[in-house]
Order: sequence, then C-alpha cells, then structure tokens
Amino acid sequence: MLTLSEVQNITGEKGNFQVEILKKPRYVREDRCIACGACTEKCPGKFDDGYNADLKTRTAVYVEYPQAVPLKYVINPAACLKLTKDKCGTCQEVCPADAIDYTMTEETVTIDAGSIILAPGFKPFDPSRFDNYQYAKFANVVTSMEFERLLSATGPTMGHVTTFPKVPANPKKKKDKLLAEKRKDPKKIAWFQCVGSRDVNKCDNPYCSSVCCMYAVKEAIIAKEHAGDGLDCAIFFMDMRTPGKEFEKYYQNAKDKHGINFIRSRVHSVVEDPDTGDLHIQYADEMGQIVRETYDMIVLSVGLEISKETRAFAEKFNIDLTESGFAKTGSFEPVSTSRDGIYVSGVFNNPKDIPESVLDASAAASAAGDALAEVRNTLTKEIPAVPETNVTGDRPAIGVFICDCGSNIAGVVDCPHVTEYAATLPYVTVAEETTYACSQDAQDKMVEIIKEKGLNRIVVAACTPKTHEPLFQETLKNAGLNKYLFEMTNIRNHNSWVHKNNPDIATEKAKDLVRMAVAKAALAQPLKEEKIQVNASVMVVGGGLAGLTAARSLASQGYETHIIEKKDTLGGEALKLWKTAQGEDVQQHLSALIKEVQASDNIVVHTNTTLEGVDGFVGNFISKLNTDGNTTELEHGIAVLATGAKALETTEYSLGEDERIISTLDLDKMFVENDPKLDAVQSAVFIQCVGSREPERPYCSRVCCTHSVENAVALKEKDPDMDVFILYRDIRTYGERELLYKKAREKGVIFIRYDVTDKPRVKVEKDHVAVTITDHVLNQPVTIQADLVTLATALVPRKDERLANFFKVPLNDEGFFVEKHAKLGPAEFATDGVFVAGSGHYPKPVNEAITQGRAAASRALTLLAKKDSLFTSGTIASVDVEKCSACGVCVSICPYNAPAFMTEGRFEGKAEVNPVLCKGCGLCVASCRSGAIHLRGFDTNQIFSQIFALGETG
Amino acid sequence: MESKKTGSVVVIGGGISGMLSALDLANSGFYVYLVEKGPSIGGVMAQLDKTFPTNDCAM
Repeated sequence: MLTLSEVQNITGEKGNFQVEILKKPRYVREDRCIACGACTEKCPGKFDDGYNADLKTRTAVYVEYPQAVPLKYVINPAACLKLTKDKCGTCQEVCPADAIDYTMTEETVTIDAGSIILAPGFKPFDPSRFDNYQYAKFANVVTSMEFERLLSATGPTMGHVTTFPKVPANPKKKKDKLLAEKRKDPKKIAWFQCVGSRDVNKCDNPYCSSVCCMYAVKEAIIAKEHAGDGLDCAIFFMDMRTPGKEFEKYYQNAKDKHGINFIRSRVHSVVEDPDTGDLHIQYADEMGQIVRETYDMIVLSVGLEISKETRAFAEKFNIDLTESGFAKTGSFEPVSTSRDGIYVSGVFNNPKDIPESVLDASAAASAAGDALAEVRNTLTKEIPAVPETNVTGDRPAIGVFICDCGSNIAGVVDCPHVTEYAATLPYVTVAEETTYACSQDAQDKMVEIIKEKGLNRIVVAACTPKTHEPLFQETLKNAGLNKYLFEMTNIRNHNSWVHKNNPDIATEKAKDLVRMAVAKAALAQPLKEEKIQVNASVMVVGGGLAGLTAARSLASQGYETHIIEKKDTLGGEALKLWKTAQGEDVQQHLSALIKEVQASDNIVVHTNTTLEGVDGFVGNFISKLNTDGNTTELEHGIAVLATGAKALETTEYSLGEDERIISTLDLDKMFVENDPKLDAVQSAVFIQCVGSREPERPYCSRVCCTHSVENAVALKEKDPDMDVFILYRDIRTYGERELLYKKAREKGVIFIRYDVTDKPRVKVEKDHVAVTITDHVLNQPVTIQADLVTLATALVPRKDERLANFFKVPLNDEGFFVEKHAKLGPAEFATDGVFVAGSGHYPKPVNEAITQGRAAASRALTLLAKKDSLFTSGTIASVDVEKCSACGVCVSICPYNAPAFMTEGRFEGKAEVNPVLCKGCGLCVASCRSGAIHLRGFDTNQIFSQIFALGETG
Repeated sequence: MESKKTGSVVVIGGGISGMLSALDLANSGFYVYLVEKGPSIGGVMAQLDKTFPTNDCAM
C-alpha cells in the first residue's frame, strides 16, 4: 500500500510495465506513529477539511478520520507553520512516540508490474458557477456531498441537520453570530436532481451520473429518520432513475412508506429571503400550473465528474477517453482500455454505483490476472507459520489488554482503574493498558508479553470484534498460541459510545464486561480448523454471455471448466440481440467468444445437458448431469450459476394477435436479417415497461429504455421521415447511454410519457394499429396510427427453485438469485464455493453481464488459488455421541445441512456434524434434547461462567 | 527473445474499486501495489453516511 503517492510515468508493455511513482512525504514516521492525537491538540495551522466537504477546518497535522487506513497522522505542508515559516514545531515536542520528522522528503520509486488497473474515481461536480441556484452565495443551498457529511454522526455537526450548516458551531465573528441566531431545524428540504449531469447548456456534462436519483431518495429517507415526521422532503426530477436491483422497491417505499414527495419538474432558480435565509422557488407542475414554494434547505444532487488531473493522466498514457472524460471500453471487454495491459474499473469506467464498482473491481482483477496467468504465484510470499504451543492441561494464564482506543474509550471509562481491577481477577497473570491495541506496536508488545510471561489465554477489552478480532487472532498465532484462546469484549460500541454521559456507570460496566470475558477465556480450549480439499475444477451452469466469460477466464488460469447448457448451442439470449448500447455487432462478437471457448483446452462444453442433482459442498461437489437421456457424474470444486433471464411472454397490448405488434427481440431479429418489412413502416411506436414496474413484477428490467432508444435511432437513420414514438414512464438511459437519448430526440423521435394508472391502449385495425395515449403535455388522448408497435417486455428470470435448492442458494420474491451481499459480494452466494453472474442475478445488458462473468471468475479464483490452505472455522458444533439419542432434530433444523446420521462405524445411527458445512449458528445446540451437541468456543459452561461472573459484583 | 512477464500488478486509486481489485488479485496469487494519492485509502465512499438500497453504514 503506497499512500501519498502518485504515478509519474508508465513505460513498457503488457506483461512488463515499469511504473514510476512519486511518494510525497508524510512528515510523520509510519513505523512510530500510534495515532494518539496529541499532535492535533496544539496545532495552530488550519486548512479546509476536504473529507468533510470543506464544511469545517482542520489542523495541519491530522488523520483524515478515526478509521483511516493506515491509521497514521500526516502533515499538510501548505498549512504547517514549521514547514512554511519555520515556526512552531509543537507537534514534534508533544509526540510521545517521536514520530514527527520535518526533514522527510519526496521519494521516487520505480516498480515492475505485469498489469495495471486504473481506478482513480471521480470528483463531485462543483455547482459554484451556477448563478441560478446560487450555491456559492446562499447559505442554505448545499451539495449532496455536504449533506452526507451533515447526516454523518462523525461529521461536522455529529449528524444534526440544521440550516446555516457552514456557520461554525460556536461562532466567534459577529457576522457568524447573527447567522447562528437564525439557525433552525429544517422543516422542508428539497433536492434538485441532475445538477451537473444531463446538461449541455450550463455545463458540458451530457451524461447521466447514474447514482443521484438513488442517493437523493436515500438522503431524504435518512433525513426523515433523523428529524422525525415533522420533516417534509421533496425531490425535483426529470426522470426517476432507479434501474438497479431492489432500487424500484426502494423508490416505491420512499413514496408510500416514508411520504417523500416526488415532483417532476426542473426548477429554474432560487431566491433567498434576506431575513431568514429561507429559499423561495417557483416551478411548473405536470399540469402546467406555476407553483410557489419556500424551503429551509435545498440540496443540489451533483453529478460525478472525471477530474482534470485524471483526464490529463489518462491522456498522457494513451488511454482513450470518451468526450466526457470516461475511459473508452468495448462492451465485450468492458474493463480493458485502449492500451493493452492497462485495465480500468469504477466510475472512471462510466458512472456507476457501489455494487457495480465492486463488480468492475473483480472484473478488472480477472482481466489483469488472466493476462499474467503463467506468472501467478511467482512474486507472492508464504508467511512462515509459527509452530503452535500445546497448552492443553495447563493452568490458564490470562493476559488482559485494556484499550483506550485513543479517547473513544478512555474519554469516558477510567481505563487505568479497569486495568488495575483486571489484574485482580482469577487466573489473570498480567493486565496492561494500551492506547490503541490494534496498532502495530501494541501488537508487537503483546507478542513479547505472551512469550515473556508464558500466557496461554488473551482477553482484549476494546472495540467490536467485527473490526479487529481477526487481527488479534493473527497476533496470537504469531506468538505461538491457538487463535481460539482469545476473547474480545466490546467496551466501546457497547459501553463508552452509548454511556457518554455516565462515566462512572460506564467504568463499572467495563469492569463487569472484563470480568465476564476473563471467566469465559479461562474455559477456552484450543480449537482445530479442518482443512478443505478443493477439487480444482469448475462447473458453469448456463452457456450465455456471463457463463462463457466466466469459463473463459477460469480456463485461462489453468482450471478445468465444464459448461452445462440445456439448449443445443452456446450463446443464450444474446443470440437474439442485434447491437449493443455502444453500437457493436453482438452476433460477430458472440461468435468470436463462442469459438474461443470451444477452442480452449481447459473447457468442456456439455450442450443438451441439464442438471439433475448436486451433492457435496465447497471444494467437493458431485453433480449429476443428464445429456440427451444419459446420466453422468461430474466432480467439481466450484459452481457458477449463469442461467440468465428471458423476455416475458404476455398478451398485454394484444401481443400475438397481429404481426404488426412485436416484442423488442422480434425487432432485433428484423434488423439482423434486414427484413424488408421494415422498409414499409411509416409509423413506429415503442411501448416501454411492458410487465415491469408493476405489482406482479415490481422491478425495472434495466435494459429496455436503452434498447428501445437505440432501435428508434436505427429506424430514424433508416428512414428520417418515419414517425417514431416512444411511450414511456421514465427514460432510464443511465451513464453515457444518456447520449443515445439525446441523439434520439435530435433525430426527431417523439417521447410521450404515460402514468401506470393510465396505460396506452392498443387496437388492431385493418390499415394500422391504433395506439391511444393521454399525451402528458396536452392532457388529451392522442391516437397514433402505427404500422409497427414494439413492446419492451420485461426480463423474467428462470425461477428455477430446483437448481437453487441443489446449491442451497436463495431466490428473491421476483425469482432472481440473492447474492451474498449487495455491495461486498455481488457475484457470489453466502453458500461457499457457488458464484453468480448474468441476468439470473438481475437483468443486465451485454457489458454488465460480461463484467459480472469476469467478477464471478475472479472471486472463484481467490478460492481455487487457496486450494492448499482453505480452512473451516473452529467455532462449530460437535456431537458427543455418548449422549446422542439419534432423534434427528438437529438434522432437520440445520439450514446448512451440516448434521447427518453416521452410516457406518461404531456409532452408526448417531448424529455427526460436517465441520465444513457448519456455520456455528447454534440452532442444533439449542434444539438438542439430549444436550449432546456442543458449540465449540461458545460451550454451555463458558456461557454460564459469563452469566455467573456478571452476578458477582466488582 | 520473449521476456518473462512480471507477476505483480499496480492498482492506481485506493477507493472501493481499487481496494477490491487489489484484494482479489492478492488472494489469487499476485503481488499488488496499491497506489493512493491521499494519506489514507477509502476514497469517496468513506465520506458517505449510508449507502443505498440497504441503508448500510458506508464505513
């Protein structure tokens, strides 16, 4: 990890780059700084805090935020008095670790690398230049980024949203004091969408930033949570773009449950009330009436921009960009730039949200790694394992470490007193207080003390195990102790943070918590982790775009991959597509991909094959395949589910009654085949959202707006005199797809909006198809005499419950696969060893299906790469066979199918738990009527010891 | 003469995307250099309060 570093030069080529990096000086020695914060307390230098969107200032020596990685302070040389004027120098004097070093200088290093990934991100659009919104002048007009910081508990106002947010909390200047008097809790907040996006009038950003509709809804919901029902939130928009997974429901809930007002109108300007700071606006509503409103605050939903520096950087290294500065990538290699060996991910690769940025990240890793398949594992090092000391039977010798967590804990809890107390507890050999137990030096000290005092159990009283438990467990391993001889108790989130106003009680509670932890630790036993043998081969279910991409990637890394395809050809739904959103010929690229897959030595294609059953678990699956009636068994370690989605079959709008009423895929076919029927079309109508965004299917199918707009443009290009209409609810051409929408309007495509309560009506007549719609401007019904009506039908997943059951993976209400985590695990399942890609997860266009295919491969690779070091958890259930009554409750209650009856041996018929499948949830333990099951690490005697310990007073 | 490829990757940018690319690569057997111009990694996501559609804490 190289922070404060910037790339100066890139030379070389794919497989052999030389990257020159300039490391700016931190002026703080990373090997010494313990992040105690003493330096900031007296620092006189000040500068605008960019992390807090410049809403406040910070000292010249600082750490960005308390959870920063690396947690080391840094000096801003432009704000530091020592570095600019050779004055002060206080921080060096007060630093207890002697970490300040004003003499540090820049350093240049050159690194050899095989691949490069560019993920430079974006900067929020700065609306200062917009004189109509007066962001720069009016105190209560803020950007969405500023609003995020205002909502944050760690922000400048600790999560309390008030008007005049930029006025300091304790104003010193007279002007500020006057403004502070006017401060109030806002009762009405408005969000203005598309500020700095979809705008070539006031700025140069024609694209859609993709995230602002969703984030405005989110901010409104959270603001209402903070303020209670008294807060009125309104969002002023052009199109509501919520095309992602679960996004449409989020939007509906915002309307129905949270009472947020959605007003389709673009506000021109804002006028400030000079006395109160309130903001007056006027806008035209959908009926054309002028409405005047006053708001306490206005949030500008600013778009995502690629900074000048990033653009210059990309241009310097021959990375082709789009006009708006995003990396130019092809739909079939969506993370590859114009420069071979340099890949791209995140917003720089087109505006996108967090889940998509995460998919991009894994996809870029897959592409970067595939290019270097032959040199994988050549530069990584094995960390030598420290041999484990056998402590079985030894008297417990507990070491207790009380963490101050800077001032997070020590600011409320009397840590020295708690430490003294801890030393008096049974079996405690040593009790130490430390400022930051998680810092490197504290870890090193811990290892020393363990060895010196012969400790065999460790208790750490600090923050939440969720952050640092693995870190402390590593420390134990480094000291030669089994990592399960560790107990962590949370005296921060559960104590100091919630009892800030009661330090005495908080201190007593800390003592209670430590006493309980010590009691449990005394009974802790070393636990064994089972090694999982991983069969290094993959089965991909589904031979469409996503499946083919995942297979190709894993095969290039040397893994035997089987593609199971139920049809007789590879290609899936993509075989029916004409062009991508970027205008590329789908069939051409698809054929090339299929050829590549068929030519690969490591890929075995099974067409006309279905999956009949699956046994086993991660690393050891046995799947039953049925090919044309013949059953075979396939052993594999990993599975990728890429079963896709298909177009809804419906009779709505008289589909199927007349050859002039077709679906989007039908139209694509006509384009691919150059069907002469298209030449006779004089009037074409597209109807959007057919079957989507309705109670039966409350999701957006994501691809249809772009697809219809593209086809509409193609029709106009074929015949500019053709009348082309698109009847829509919201146009969701996100990202740079927005440029297609603009192009369509320029070519004369007419867009008519309809409401879901007043849908278009289609009537088949002799000479044409009559499409009647209430025009949104005239407010009168208008009938279009169409020669061709194309319905943008919904994408519907396979809803294959049988398949989902085979791998024990969930489907959501709509039938899409449920991923492990929307943001951090979008291409995998909670079930280990099974991954997901393509429209089976959620409808997506060509480039996104390929991205997810690569992402699934990348995630699978991290598992396959560890085939010799994959371990289960030690905190799992185990059955005491002597007590087991073979009742079978555990077998039926387990959600992971871990317990089973032994089928052979001395204890045949008794239950045993498969350590690989067990997740340690404890259901079987609680349900066992014989008390035969133990949850290792959380055994009954341990839990009771904590309860009894709590009963004792300190 | 074919020069041998280098088994390492440079990831430029320490935001959510950069960090996850780095982790995937490192866990697959490549040495990764994560280059970040600021004093800490995390990017814009660290500045957000909550994230849609789950309203999870960004940090």
